[in-house]
Amino acid sequence: MQDVTTRGAGAATAPAPRPTPGRRLRRALSPLLWLGPSIVLIAVVVLWPVIEMVRTSTLKISSSGVTLGSNGTTNYSDLFAEDDLLPVLGRTLFWVVGTVVVTMVLSLALGQLLNARFPGRRVVRWAVIVPWAASVLMTALIWKWMLDNYSGLVNRVLLDLNVIDKPVNWLAHPDQAMLWMMWVAVFVSLPFTSFVILAGLQTIPRDVYEAARVDGATGWRTYFQITLPLLRPAILIASIVNVINVFNSFPIIWAMTGGGPGHATDTTTTFMYKIAFYDQNVGESAAMAVVNFALVLIMVLLYLRASRWREEVR
Amino acid sequence: MRPRTVILTGVGWLVGLLFLLPYLQMLLTSLKPENELTKSPGTYLPSDWKWSNFVDVWSSQPIWQNMQVSLIVAAVATVVTLACALPAAYYTARNRFRGRNAFLLLVLITQMFAPTALVIGIYREMVALDLTDTLLALILVNAAFNLPFCIWILHGYFSSIPRELEEAAFLDGAGRVSALTRVTLPISMPGVVTAVVYTFIAAWNEYIVALTVTASPNRRPLTVAIPSFVTQYQEHWQFLFATSLIAIVPVVILFIFIERYLIGGLTAGSVK
Repeated sequence: MQDVTTRGAGAATAPAPRPTPGRRLRRALSPLLWLGPSIVLIAVVVLWPVIEMVRTSTLKISSSGVTLGSNGTTNYSDLFAEDDLLPVLGRTLFWVVGTVVVTMVLSLALGQLLNARFPGRRVVRWAVIVPWAASVLMTALIWKWMLDNYSGLVNRVLLDLNVIDKPVNWLAHPDQAMLWMMWVAVFVSLPFTSFVILAGLQTIPRDVYEAARVDGATGWRTYFQITLPLLRPAILIASIVNVINVFNSFPIIWAMTGGGPGHATDTTTTFMYKIAFYDQNVGESAAMAVVNFALVLIMVLLYLRASRWREEVR
Repeated sequence: MRPRTVILTGVGWLVGLLFLLPYLQMLLTSLKPENELTKSPGTYLPSDWKWSNFVDVWSSQPIWQNMQVSLIVAAVATVVTLACALPAAYYTARNRFRGRNAFLLLVLITQMFAPTALVIGIYREMVALDLTDTLLALILVNAAFNLPFCIWILHGYFSSIPRELEEAAFLDGAGRVSALTRVTLPISMPGVVTAVVYTFIAAWNEYIVALTVTASPNRRPLTVAIPSFVTQYQEHWQFLFATSLIAIVPVVILFIFIERYLIGGLTAGSVK
């Protein structure tokens, strides 16, 4: 996709004899004609909410949604005074880092497996895709049901294997619930991540490995000294996309514990949602949203640097 | 077969099975009679395979209406996205102009912002526009947030098609638009299909915005309607998962078709 740069660059210098003012205007406006619909859509659905969110975070809004005037920075000071905020932020960090690290490690192995030749590989690739195509909410709901303390599959299997002697209410205890939800987040992140790794593996030319073999490198050494360094761009991009996705992940926690008991399994996303729609405090929720937004923005900037999009996207 | 291949095959098939296990469990649960779902410990297989659950589910809740909402929202959002993405992707792939980089940056940043991060703002906007509880709100949001993916994937395809092909069409007297529709578009079909399928599925699965802006039971898409099978007052896990399967199976099949074209659009050309 990158080899057409020079061809594309010729376009702006198309022959334009005697540019009249009318033609110049038309040329300046022609991008707007083609890009206009996209720009309008992004402006209305993405930029407007961003502005509205920032504005709302400075407003005093009644629980029924009526704006009662400016609130200065009170929404922010209210938010920072919440006893739950610090634990929620810490938990969000743990949730994001834990999920992404486990996802990346498993995906490196999974990508390798999907790249290896064995009978039925195609079908296995299809199976791995399923959690990617399926609704995350529905996947979270089946895990919730499998973890049911009364008649769930997990307890049944563990009882039959004599690992536990009575059913465990996995999702009632915050720490266990958190770990299980992180597992579900890993489960739904694995397909995308391992396919990015797979795509990365497929770009490594075969003769690199031939050369390594001639030099006497084998097995793990080849992997750590050749494969892994060459996978760097794929790993970097997949990590950042995952960090953003996992940070924004809402359905898993919402379906499995609702962030409860209390705020014990909330991340900043579900916390924000509960402030708005349970506590009916839209102003403070918007303040939380702005904080979330700023965090995502930082990650996006990291992504832009990592992807070096200016050089890559032609 | 060499021993290595045997082990690989074994591990490969086991991994595939592990990924399918939750969905297999969905199927088994959806086939159990309701009174079996309250047994402790749970059963592995249904004692009585109730295929009729898949018939009864339609009358247990108005899920046909919810499915229509999902279909309309996903289909219209896909059309809107494509109508916006096609010209933008084509123009940016073929021309250098002032503001091109700024536009592509805007698209990339949009791609990184999931609706979740903006849901409070989206909700406030829809209240201001009086669009809460309408399909239009869902259509707009889904169209906008899938636009970047479509632009990237189409941009990639359009860039890879030599200008000479289009110039040949120009010589035959075709205008720019007809060169696009008669020459470039047919060659880019895999990209267009990928964009369509991906947008459709993403809109079909969207949850948080639909949860936030819809209120009436008959204007909710499937994702929002499904959890109401299991509440404090009733537990119909068999219906919940029957509906889930009805929602999941078609999109998984669609998804498998576009699998090999996906990565380029999702990583903005950084990983080929």
